[in-house]
Amino acid sequence: MSNINTNIPLFIEVDSTRCQGHNRCYLICPELIDVDDFGLAQVISNDPIPKNLIEKAVLAMENCPEFAISISEVKPQNK
Amino acid sequence: MTQSKNGPVLNWDEDFDHADPEYNKNIHPLWEKMRQKCPMHHTLRYGGTWLPLSYEMVRAIAYDTEHFTSEGIIVSQDRPIVPRPAGAAPPITSDPPFHTQARRLLLPPFSSKKIALLEDDIRQLCNDQLDKLIINPDKPVIDVSRNYARFIPLKVIVKMVGLPPEDSELLFSFIKSIIEDVNLSPDQLMENRNTLDSYLDIQIAEHREHPRDDLISYLIGAEVDERPLDAQHIRGTIALMFIAGVDTTWSMIGSTIWHLASNPEDLNKLLQDPELMDSAIEEFLRAYAPVTMARLVTEDFNFFGHELKQDEWILVPYPAANRDPEMFDDAKSVHLDRKVNRHASFGLGIHRCIGSNLARLELKIAITEFIKRFPKFKLLDPNGVEWSHGQIRGPRKLEILIQGD
Repeated sequence: MSNINTNIPLFIEVDSTRCQGHNRCYLICPELIDVDDFGLAQVISNDPIPKNLIEKAVLAMENCPEFAISISEVKPQNK
Repeated sequence: MTQSKNGPVLNWDEDFDHADPEYNKNIHPLWEKMRQKCPMHHTLRYGGTWLPLSYEMVRAIAYDTEHFTSEGIIVSQDRPIVPRPAGAAPPITSDPPFHTQARRLLLPPFSSKKIALLEDDIRQLCNDQLDKLIINPDKPVIDVSRNYARFIPLKVIVKMVGLPPEDSELLFSFIKSIIEDVNLSPDQLMENRNTLDSYLDIQIAEHREHPRDDLISYLIGAEVDERPLDAQHIRGTIALMFIAGVDTTWSMIGSTIWHLASNPEDLNKLLQDPELMDSAIEEFLRAYAPVTMARLVTEDFNFFGHELKQDEWILVPYPAANRDPEMFDDAKSVHLDRKVNRHASFGLGIHRCIGSNLARLELKIAITEFIKRFPKFKLLDPNGVEWSHGQIRGPRKLEILIQGD
């Protein structure tokens, strides 16, 4: 947490080639992440992470067993 | 197959046997000692078996489906009879690309949103089971493994799959024969599998005549590449669901209650702060992960400096990966409020446990309801606990003493 600057817009992204449907991110942060019928995680919005959810977003990233979640200053491409 | 070895273990570093009763009993100190000597161990048992103990190696095996086939996932004296890519119990015994389709079929009924609908039923079932416990006021002792933990996953899965609830004890005996009795002769192993197959064939035939809303009927009606599943596939998947769906969660509930009975301070923390439950459940899953998987080596090759031979077994001890100090801070201690916990208890890669959402829900409710009913308890005799044998680890006899306020 300490190395994250919350004053700049941050985006959360799920790498669908790595996600195996553990659903840990969905349990931790359902405000930002949804899961489909096959258990795969999807980011709900491509907007910056609201400030009050940054801590939860970081936990979602840090608990993914497949290292499929990233948080960065780069806005994800629209799919 | 190279020569096999049998008999009691004399040297755990060079001749371990994961099915020896002493193994599961002492697993964490044993692994710690073995890991300090070398992160990889080998034995001639079962025609050659490897045991990697680092998170890094466990992860590498899980991701490498070329060198490690899932055709065999339970180390035993014989070798699988149903060949790849399907294997005997799709999708757990399957390799890609067949695996992808067999798995995709099963994902929707086990998705977290479908499973969440079962919450009230599971809570009711736990309470019914607690009501049934016979407690002698003069000696308030219950065997939590036998009389509580094992019934929760069994009753849930029997209903989902569509097996007769009155067959509970028979189903438990099948589970034991497949998971624990791995040291029998190939003939006996074959006989055990045939008995299970015959039982499942009767259940499937009955469902073909009277289809209903359960997973057996779902599989009978399912298609892959516009073709119905063959009989072996249906049978194997049903066996997988009730075997993998019971032994594992039963073990997890038992181990968690074992921990709480041995660590009253953690029991009190949970009672005082119910919001701790979610992180505590993940921490129990990390510290007491019940499932060690296995693979067969597909060809001779060098893995992290070790010469693996074709057709040898390799154990995939996710519970050891979970206690690797390189991966987890203070790995050997239980911290109920552990925030960062990338545990591998449900596996890694394409074979992530399909029942993970169900297992997590059953575990959480079973523990919540149990400590609500019995807020104070301890082990009757720490040396009297009996642990399972083989790749699924959990207490099979767990007598606890219920204490008053």
